[in-house]
Amino acid sequence: MAKGIWIIIEHNQGKIRKVSLELLSQARKMAAQSGEALTAVVLGENVQKLVSEISAYGADKIILAEEPRLAEYTTGAYTSVLNKMIRQEEPRAVLFGHTGMSRDLAPRLAQRLGVGVASDCIGMELAEKTFLQFKRPVYAGKAFAAVAAENCPVMATIRPNTFAVAEPDSSLQAEVAAYSVEIDPQDIWSVIKDVAVAVSKRPELTDANIIVSGGRGMQGPENFALLEALADTMGAAVGASRVAVDAGWLDHEFQVGQTGKTVSPTLYIACGISGAIQHLAGMNSSRYIVAINKDPEANIFNVADYGIVGDLFEIVPLLTQEIKAAVK
Amino acid sequence: MHIIVYIKQTFDTEAQIAVDSNGKIDSNGVHFVVNPYDEYAIEEGVRLKEKFGGDVTVITMGGNRAQDALRTALAMGADKAVLIDDSALEKTDEWVTANVLTQAVASLPYDVIFTGRMAIDDGSGQVGVRVAENLHIPSVTNAVKIEINEKSAVVTQEIDGGTASLEVSLPAVFTAQKGLNDPRYPSVAGMMKAKRKELKKISLTDLGLEKEKLVAKMTVGKYAVSAARQAGKKLQGSSAQQVAELVNLLKTEVKAF
Ligand SMILES: Cc1cc2nc3c(=O)[nH]c(=O)nc-3n(C[C@H](O)[C@H](O)[C@H](O)COP(=O)(O)OP(=O)(O)OC[C@H]3O[C@@H](n4cnc5c(N)ncnc54)[C@H](O)[C@@H]3O)c2cc1C
Ligand SMILES: Cc1cc2nc3c(=O)[nH]c(=O)nc-3n(C[C@H](O)[C@H](O)[C@H](O)COP(=O)(O)OP(=O)(O)OC[C@H]3O[C@@H](n4cnc5c(N)ncnc54)[C@H](O)[C@@H]3O)c2cc1C
Repeated sequence: MAKGIWIIIEHNQGKIRKVSLELLSQARKMAAQSGEALTAVVLGENVQKLVSEISAYGADKIILAEEPRLAEYTTGAYTSVLNKMIRQEEPRAVLFGHTGMSRDLAPRLAQRLGVGVASDCIGMELAEKTFLQFKRPVYAGKAFAAVAAENCPVMATIRPNTFAVAEPDSSLQAEVAAYSVEIDPQDIWSVIKDVAVAVSKRPELTDANIIVSGGRGMQGPENFALLEALADTMGAAVGASRVAVDAGWLDHEFQVGQTGKTVSPTLYIACGISGAIQHLAGMNSSRYIVAINKDPEANIFNVADYGIVGDLFEIVPLLTQEIKAAVK
Repeated sequence: MHIIVYIKQTFDTEAQIAVDSNGKIDSNGVHFVVNPYDEYAIEEGVRLKEKFGGDVTVITMGGNRAQDALRTALAMGADKAVLIDDSALEKTDEWVTANVLTQAVASLPYDVIFTGRMAIDDGSGQVGVRVAENLHIPSVTNAVKIEINEKSAVVTQEIDGGTASLEVSLPAVFTAQKGLNDPRYPSVAGMMKAKRKELKKISLTDLGLEKEKLVAKMTVGKYAVSAARQAGKKLQGSSAQQVAELVNLLKTEVKAF
């Protein structure tokens, strides 16, 4: 009989990704309600040091799969290890953050296990027959579907910022199990040539709690310095519309929208962005939206909680200055 | 070089979404397009053919109207098209879709297979990777640059916060991300030519698949249209007054700092 809720923990340079903590926080409540145990699964090298932090979020058990070949994520090795682990332990549910890694890993693993995956979910609840039921956006967030699967394990990737992170309790201690890793040589089918992760002091767009975004109204790449200054007063990430990206002002990784990133921060500040339907698709689920636009008829005002009609070149520096004064 | 491109026909990105009386997404009056990410996939396939020779086969699973998407791909330079249309395919999920699409290449030669990184309608982004798993070949998702050598490829993929370059052996599946290339518009000449190119229509039986074995793993209950956001308030007064009020709201209501 399958049992337990598993969270696949994502971490980078010794730091656990916020979405993994969100999942632990939420799954802990669901585990308590359903009488299931909560297990955190960590793959990597030198991951022992993550144990106390994971424990503090209430995991009952932590499975550590340590191996030099797992130091960097590769589809083949990670799929191979998790496939074996899941077949042995038979968890009831396996949950991932909807991140670059999981978008690559979850479908591969699911296909090998012969199960479905609910991708990019923005809600989950306990359900009688299927154990879990998920809510996922379709048509770029214009609609939602309720989905479930009778297969075991139930698998899903959950969008970052869907659940709140609970207060950690450092007195908690999880049972720790070392997993003996065996990787089929045939599953190592990619050779990593290079990994270039921009060392940014700003959060990743999809993780960010606050995003300051610019569009065509920014007029050029040099003016994004204004947005960066504003972002840095609040620990925010910087985003952009497609027009700004296609003009080469920012890399594609900063594009928010239907063909860019989907974000759901607490606060999204749109500067010089008209609010085209494809842009809204990526940021519509932000909790609060602020629009700064000189055109009072701009579409963005139809979705903004607070709107300022004005020239961003005047408003943004003022705002930066005022916030700096306010947080002092 | 034999190149396969899987494409999906989807709702136009501008489409308004409504749910019909059966709780399904209403496609009446909707304009259909090639899934935007699949345009990058088609373009990359055609460029590889132009460089290395060979052919590009585009494959879609969908209803009769999906022929339009295939014609667009043929007009962009693909050589052959396959439409898998079967009434038994109405209730599919990514697992079923991937299994059908895999079977569609079982008898075809292939060196490189492309898909889009996700379909902008169901948006699950699973199909390409699942096909690769079925075929026991490597996959690289979110490709933004692909260099093909003899029997291998060096692929740059977008990862969270940056890029990674991987070398994989061929055949392999690559899922196309924006930035991979600039897709060409189908020319009038291309569209004329496309009319004379082969477009094969096949059913599950033609693929040797039994519909009883293609039972979806995921079940979709209800669809619901998202509640439209309400316009909030436009702040009033001079720029300084508006900014001061905004900062106050960010502090008290949003609790941003
Ligand atoms: C298939 C497809 C996919 C797409 N995907 C995306 C996507 O993922 N993301 C995306 O963003 N778009 C996407 N688009 C493009 C989208 O349709 C719009 O073209 C784009 O979002 C517009 O960007 P913008 O708001 O920056 O520019 P514009 O629409 O040109 O708006 C600029 C705004 O800036 C304001 N402005 C100008 N100067 C100032 C100033 N000094 N102060 C204040 N305000 C000023 C103007 O009033 C105007 O409202 C897609 C389009 C298609 C067809
Ligand atoms: C009960 C139920 C009923 C459904 N009914 C329908 C329906 O009537 N019509 C429908 O279209 N979907 C339907 N779906 C959803 C759909 O079958 C799958 O979700 C979908 O086929 C694959 O997921 P995706 O569209 O998110 O593709 P993704 O995995 O996001 O697509 C990635 C890429 O895979 C390729 N690809 C995906 N789908 C196809 C395809 N069909 N042909 C060729 N290439 C493809 C494309 O290159 C695409 O860019 C239904 C799902 C369920 C569970």
